Amino acid sequence: MTILVDGLAYASWLFIVALGLTLVFGVLKILNIAHGSFYALGAYAAASFVGWGAALKWAPAFSLVAMLLAAVAVAAIVAPLTERGLLRFFYGRDEVLLVLVTYALFLILEDVTKLVWGTNPYFVSEPYGLFGSVNLGVQTYVGYDFALMFMALVVGAAVWWGLNRTRQGKIVLAVIHSAEIASSMGVNVSRVYMLAFTIGIFLAGLGGAFTSPMISVVPGVSVGVIIVSFAVVIIGGLGSIEGAAVGAIIVGLARSLAVHLAPVAELFSIYIVMAIVLMFRPEGLFQRVQARKI
Amino acid sequence: MRLLLAGVAAFAGLAALGWVAPRWLTYLVTMSAGHGLVSLGIVALMRGGVVPFGQGMVFAIGGYSAALLFNKAGFTDVFGLTLVGGVMATLIAAPFAPLLARYRGIFFAMLTLALSMVTYGLGMKIELLGGSDGFNVGRASVLGWRPPDAQVGYVLYLVTTGVATVMALLARVYFDSTRGLVTLAARDNELRVEYLGGSVRQAMTINFLLAAFCGGVGGALVVLSLGHIEPQFSYWTTSGEFVFVAILAGWQSVAAVFVASTVLEVVRSFSSAYFPNTWQLALGLFLLFVIRFLPRGIGSLWWKR
Repeated sequence: MTILVDGLAYASWLFIVALGLTLVFGVLKILNIAHGSFYALGAYAAASFVGWGAALKWAPAFSLVAMLLAAVAVAAIVAPLTERGLLRFFYGRDEVLLVLVTYALFLILEDVTKLVWGTNPYFVSEPYGLFGSVNLGVQTYVGYDFALMFMALVVGAAVWWGLNRTRQGKIVLAVIHSAEIASSMGVNVSRVYMLAFTIGIFLAGLGGAFTSPMISVVPGVSVGVIIVSFAVVIIGGLGSIEGAAVGAIIVGLARSLAVHLAPVAELFSIYIVMAIVLMFRPEGLFQRVQARKI
Repeated sequence: MRLLLAGVAAFAGLAALGWVAPRWLTYLVTMSAGHGLVSLGIVALMRGGVVPFGQGMVFAIGGYSAALLFNKAGFTDVFGLTLVGGVMATLIAAPFAPLLARYRGIFFAMLTLALSMVTYGLGMKIELLGGSDGFNVGRASVLGWRPPDAQVGYVLYLVTTGVATVMALLARVYFDSTRGLVTLAARDNELRVEYLGGSVRQAMTINFLLAAFCGGVGGALVVLSLGHIEPQFSYWTTSGEFVFVAILAGWQSVAAVFVASTVLEVVRSFSSAYFPNTWQLALGLFLLFVIRFLPRGIGSLWWKR
């Protein structure tokens, strides 16, 4: 039971972050290494916002709002700047080259984060106790973990609904299918790119903001997150929401199993799962096999 | 013959430069040559249109093999250790090569990345490998001769640049050979190559093994000069730097790989000396600049074919 709860709590924030990554890949065809940096920005911004809230003597419940605002701020400021100021110059280039562009962005953001927030760790402990504790059988669990799971469900459902049930979502799907044809039908593709990128970054920031109470926010948090969320989207299939969900659960449970049963394997359990999935389903679990272009 | 002369001239030039250059510069070039070998392997794969994001794996395997042989078995010859590093990296990469040859693009990159991260995890956890701190390696000998303290830097510089020159020449010969050209053709159109009777998978498998050998040799040489090894060798950021050098060099010129590797070391050394808190920022901006304005790498500056 503990393994399951731990695994699902880990899977929850991971799903939110990976959803952003998969959305950005689906629309912009960019596998964004800097995604982890946006996660870190979200965590740092949350630390600052919650700190300001406490300084202004806000009620502790407002720290949740502060964390949400942190994610919004990261998305609203950094995403348009990155997409318009940098990425658009590289659209249409080789996928691997784009990975390298985002690698450069990752290097830059690492230092920018250090310049803004310094190198000392931040702790956002306030929101962690807000949901009390939950008794399941003989064990007691932190309520925040369950709140996180609930949030992941809501976010996943919202993104799915937004993509499949709204006019704007259908336009995004059309661009995913073929940016060229969508453009010839009168869709403003660069606007869709910016929208998708902003939402993707918002999700990364949201994941970062809401995990900040569970970790110490230090330089380098981005590095681990990137690779784990890569594993999730590769397992699930790039560009698939269901895939991100299943991938996150697989990775969360694999990690939690390793932590509880074989701590030695914690570091690479995730990559072994990813390698196994890739060997048998090279396109990921939820990706349709595509015809080869001649 | 022209190639051989160019190689001899390059090595003679480097040897003379090392004799007069200050110690920090010879060390910097030694590191660049060792790292450049790993990127040379990436270029061999890039010519076929795939980019591995986990070459840190073979780099680390080469390094660990040489270091363990040195510390546990007392074998200290630099050439022998380098060869063992290359061979071990090739042997460990061999079971994965036919599998990886089926993958392209992002999937190839990610699968190699996964392998390198598993290696990293093993390096962190296995006690024999020294855990997260790694371990130190003593001073290597050269064909039975133990260089004195004052000369050891220059000797390792000569060995590393010498091995790098030989590997660079061999790489050029391979790139211009039939299989090398099949690789290049696969980059343009794989199906066409298959219809003409070439085997893309075979070419990719062999390229991966050659890249592993290059990486292992590079790892062994770097460890012997650095005197230390740690799991970080296999971390994805290390692999990222190797890809960075390969992209900076472009896939045409072999010499460009070593120029690019030196450029990276110089940028890294100077920016970490003068802007210790923002050297990654400087590196990132530099990388963006290269991708934007020299998309085919610095090799394209003199390679017009």
